[in-house]
Amino acid sequence: MATKKNGPVITLGVILGIGLAAPRFTGSAPGFYLEVLLGGLMAGGLYSLVALGFVLIFKASGVFNFAQGAMVLFAALALARLAEWLPGWVGIPAGLPALALAFVLATGIMVALAWVIERVVLRPLVAQDPAALLMATLGVTFFLDGFGQTIWGSDIYKIDLGISKDPTFILESMFQGGILVSKEDLVATVIAALLVLMLAIFFQKTATGRALRAVADDHQAAQSIGIPLNRIWVIVWAVAGFVALVAGMVWGAKLGVQFSLSQLALKALPVVILGGFTSIPGAILGGLIIGVGEKMAEVFLGPPVIKLFDLAGGGIENWFAYVLALLFLMVRPEGLFGEKHIDRV
Amino acid sequence: MFYRENGQFKSNYTEDQQILGIRQDRWFIFGLIAFAACAMPYIASDYMFRAILIPFLIVSLAAIGLNLLVGYCGQISLGHAAFMAVGAYAAYNLVVHFPGLNFIVVLVLAGLISALVGIFFGLPSLQIKGLYLGVATLAAQFFVDWVFARVKWFTNYSPSGSVSTATVELFGWTIDTPIKKYLFILAVVIVFTLMAKNLVRGHIGRSWMAMRDMDVAAEVIGIRPMYAKLTAFAVSAFYAGVAGALWGFLHLGSWEPAAFSINFSLNLLFMIIIGGMGSILGSFIGAAFIVLLPLFLNQTLLLLNKLGMNVGTAMASHLEFMIFGALIVFFLIVEPLGIARLWAVAKEKLRLWPFPH
Repeated sequence: MATKKNGPVITLGVILGIGLAAPRFTGSAPGFYLEVLLGGLMAGGLYSLVALGFVLIFKASGVFNFAQGAMVLFAALALARLAEWLPGWVGIPAGLPALALAFVLATGIMVALAWVIERVVLRPLVAQDPAALLMATLGVTFFLDGFGQTIWGSDIYKIDLGISKDPTFILESMFQGGILVSKEDLVATVIAALLVLMLAIFFQKTATGRALRAVADDHQAAQSIGIPLNRIWVIVWAVAGFVALVAGMVWGAKLGVQFSLSQLALKALPVVILGGFTSIPGAILGGLIIGVGEKMAEVFLGPPVIKLFDLAGGGIENWFAYVLALLFLMVRPEGLFGEKHIDRV
Repeated sequence: MFYRENGQFKSNYTEDQQILGIRQDRWFIFGLIAFAACAMPYIASDYMFRAILIPFLIVSLAAIGLNLLVGYCGQISLGHAAFMAVGAYAAYNLVVHFPGLNFIVVLVLAGLISALVGIFFGLPSLQIKGLYLGVATLAAQFFVDWVFARVKWFTNYSPSGSVSTATVELFGWTIDTPIKKYLFILAVVIVFTLMAKNLVRGHIGRSWMAMRDMDVAAEVIGIRPMYAKLTAFAVSAFYAGVAGALWGFLHLGSWEPAAFSINFSLNLLFMIIIGGMGSILGSFIGAAFIVLLPLFLNQTLLLLNKLGMNVGTAMASHLEFMIFGALIVFFLIVEPLGIARLWAVAKEKLRLWPFPH
């Protein structure tokens, strides 16, 4: 048990330690290091959002949902386009009111989508091999990518949360020049934290949440005390859809709503490997570790590696997360927080 | 009535062990090969070779490789294009550093190098299985992408990051026209298909299938999981590597790492799902399907545009995505063993026809 408690702390500690030592070797200011750390944490928060949707579905239905990224893209597209179209349709003012209404509508769309997926894809495939279900969600991914861009359009769209994009400097008294933080990232972090809080309350305090946890623990036992599995699956996919919507909104506001969102969300896979497939805190912490780790690797590990191997440029962050997850799989396949029980050979 | 084996008696073990036990099957396959080798060069146009036949044959080879791993051994791989990339770049470097090396030797060496990489990324399969392995192979995909994009040595310090190959020569025979390329690839594919077919019905293939069906039981009856899984990874990556080298040298000519992206990997996976998991024939059917569908869609699009409906090319690519996705789900639900299974069912029906039982 000791490792279970200490594992994440040690990992974060190692990353922070490397980071603390790095400025000595690279000669950069500690303020810069903190800046990278913060940037990594923000990016990590976004990964956590996608990973959350993953974990929710995996816990409740045992499905490894490859389509979470496509759901993020689909939700973000719906939100961006509805916010754009609504003022023309119903005459509400553009900007935040339209965005709020679009958010409600997009939530409805994601719930409907969850229902359709459960009906068309999951129910016929129930009790199939997990690999078959994974491939089915791959099919869903492709379908959603195509479908979303067909009905919503395939350009780059903006989601305007009404936050200024000007960076602010904090802690100017402590470090020379202060630390650069963008307000957008701060708002994103707050939204992510709120979402996690909401989910925690939903899971702990409501009857539906309890039913979801029961299903996650043991399908058969849950069914035998009268919890309808099919409805639970719709609910959990709907919740995952909602999480995807929030992630899509935050990411879309930061990077613009575009196809690459779907690919970027693949990063959630190493996050859940790291955090454990069945753990919500794991998803959050895993996201932060990956976010910080890859930024640190890019900024501090990148230059010496490039010099050493004479590379044509950086981009370590493209694979860092996956290779970290690969190493983790070899050493500790259940992840930092996951349950011990795992499909080991 | 026509497809029936009665009257065909097997009087020795050689006859009993032949790959195509029924005479009609034998005729059909030999006829098909004869047609592909002798008649095709006269009837197909250059465009058809370049756009359909050559890509089809090469991706079939890669799909067979993936099928050996996923369909026969039950280990999922989401990064098989990475092994193709390894094969392609290995072949490129072999040609650059050892000029004059026979191209067949280059192909085999490229395959072997790819197999080594495959074994390395297959190592996690000893610890984990199923979904987790998918992530490990994704790691292979992204890492290999990055290595070939960034490490200059692999691209022979080419400034643009893309590599281009010289014309392939084999025993003084220059493979430059599409027809020659096609014939060479056809020969390679036939040899490798025969090898795959023999592998899966032999000792190794049976141990793979045992691992796929139930790993614990397989271990109990004396199959070493490590050996079975790593051989599956090695053979599969070998096929992918050879296919990658062919793809680079004979199809693309010059390429950059993006040619072997994750989308290629996923397409390979779709081929074997649609064509048929655990079936060599299915690999070919799936490859044909995936190669032909975009072309078919484009033709439909042109037709629609002629009829006055305005459908853009962006729309076509979205439609392609949707159709792929829907087909995957459809096949997984309705016929998890793919088109190859439908073909087998049709043959069974044909044996009885015109009688109902």
